[in-house]
Amino acid sequence: MTAVYIPALIYLAVTMGVMAVILFLSARIGRRRVTREKMLPYECGMDPLGTLEIHFPIKFYVVAMIFIIFDIETVFLYPWAVVFRDLGWFGFVEMLLFTAVILIGLVYLFRKGALEWE
Amino acid sequence: MELFLFVTFSALTVGSAAAVVWHPHPVKSALFLILSFFSMGGLYLLLQAEFIALMQVLVYAGAVMVLFLFVIMLLNLKPRGEDRAAFKVRVRWAVPLVLFFVGGVLTAVTGALARLAPAGSHGPDWVAAQGGNIRALGRLLFTRGLLPFEVTSVLLLVAVVGVMVLAKKERR
Amino acid sequence: MTEAVTNTGGDWLRLIVGLILVLIFSQLNALFLVWLERKVAGHIQLRYGPMEVGPHGLLQTIVDGIKLVGKELITPFKADKKLFVIAPVLVFMPVLVPFLVLPFGPELIIRDMNVGLLLIFAFSTFSVLAILVGGWASNNKYALLGAIRSVAQNVAYEIPLLLSVMSVVLMVHSFKFSELVMAQQRIWFIFLQPVAAIIYFICATAETNRAPFDIPEAESELVAGFHTEYSGMRFGLFFLAEYTNMFIVCAVATSLFLGGWHGPFGFSLGIPGVVWFLAKTYFLLFVLMWFRWTFPRVRFDQLMNFSWKVLIPLSMLNLLVTALVLKFV
Repeated sequence: MTAVYIPALIYLAVTMGVMAVILFLSARIGRRRVTREKMLPYECGMDPLGTLEIHFPIKFYVVAMIFIIFDIETVFLYPWAVVFRDLGWFGFVEMLLFTAVILIGLVYLFRKGALEWE
Repeated sequence: MELFLFVTFSALTVGSAAAVVWHPHPVKSALFLILSFFSMGGLYLLLQAEFIALMQVLVYAGAVMVLFLFVIMLLNLKPRGEDRAAFKVRVRWAVPLVLFFVGGVLTAVTGALARLAPAGSHGPDWVAAQGGNIRALGRLLFTRGLLPFEVTSVLLLVAVVGVMVLAKKERR
Repeated sequence: MTEAVTNTGGDWLRLIVGLILVLIFSQLNALFLVWLERKVAGHIQLRYGPMEVGPHGLLQTIVDGIKLVGKELITPFKADKKLFVIAPVLVFMPVLVPFLVLPFGPELIIRDMNVGLLLIFAFSTFSVLAILVGGWASNNKYALLGAIRSVAQNVAYEIPLLLSVMSVVLMVHSFKFSELVMAQQRIWFIFLQPVAAIIYFICATAETNRAPFDIPEAESELVAGFHTEYSGMRFGLFFLAEYTNMFIVCAVATSLFLGGWHGPFGFSLGIPGVVWFLAKTYFLLFVLMWFRWTFPRVRFDQLMNFSWKVLIPLSMLNLLVTALVLKFV
């Protein structure tokens, strides 16, 4: 079991090491001169305007939550796709019912205008 | 080696879970939660449950936590200040609650184990005979787990409606 | 699990050497792709592109990389130091994982896992996470806006991507790359699943933030999007990760829809599998670069509407039709 994943772990360790070396070299070779202007947030050379407190439309949250719901739906599809052949028509009807309910949700969202962007 | 990995992943899971609670900064708290989920995926791998491990990473560490971070960042939550008194009150309530839930989960899991898997019938050999993790899971889910599976779709529908209701309320 | 049994000690060294070779390949490849991008851009606009260093400027990006290492690493005053430093590492780590399962040739898969395809999808979500962390930690409004757009976009195009891939999995009954490719020996899946193939490629373009879906880093409105504040090799890591990601999505497209290491209709023409595989992958990469100079950037509302209203219903329908057809075959 672990024999499969230990090389993967070594691989990850090597990549981490390579990255550490690159960044370390970069930090060493690169010169460092701290000036006020350089360390300000970059806004095309102007002094930064306003604050970071941007108010985002609620739509972003709605879309993110809907995404999770659909993501979970696809998670159920993975094992289904793999055993589909063995399940016969029974499996087809099963998934048809499942997808139908999900599609009702999608239609509901359309009707409510949750997926309208401007 | 397996023991070493188990200890590492467990320590990471529990340690970062503790850090979620202790860290004063919401964004970093959320990032620790991701680490916790991720190492939990590692624990699933050790149990030879590759599919569950990947789903743990895909759904929790990926989708759900990205949403959490998204919301925390957009609401611009600030690090919470020191409030020892309130914290003590919370601890007083938290301890019995945690014990209650841990007890509940343990009872439920042991009960379910006794009912679902008569000793050894669904062990690694059985899974291998089914042609791997996903197949074994699929065969069980779409036959014996049929009702919970279909009910899940309704649950997801309810979640869709819930999202809309909450969003609408906010808009007013 | 059979792999664990057959995997004996002698195999180990080979494996680790293989992994390190893959690491070197993936990075040289990313540098090559940057060069290719500039060449393609140049020739499409009737210029030469890089010409000075090496034959046809082939060594230009290597020189650029060396220069980048020597550049100052700027950490803005108000940035969240720790997260700002971690983000480039976080974006770079997951892009190397898919190489463990990509089927370069019949004998050239490092680990042919049962859940190979899912492994790639699971780790691809991490780049979104890294972009979000980096954009937020920069404490710069353009970076934050870029990061937020990137999340919304990735989230919207992930579902149709997964659904389109699922129609292929449904035909093969497996997530194992070797089986997915073997099933295409006679006929490539692009001919059996053209809708899924097109949906996949559109979504892959969006997931890699490529033009015309490059809204997260739209340079004319957001400076450079989420990596506005990054300099030197930290920026370099974002850049390399982006090009490695492009390679991965095209390699997955090749193995799912273009027959992987197989020649067309069972004719290999005596060309080794790995050459077929790489040729097809680089062709797709070329198409991806071609897109950039062909289609103007889409608006954000168009982007979101297109996914939720067209791609998701269409890919669901495609999946159901596939299932139905498979029942009658």
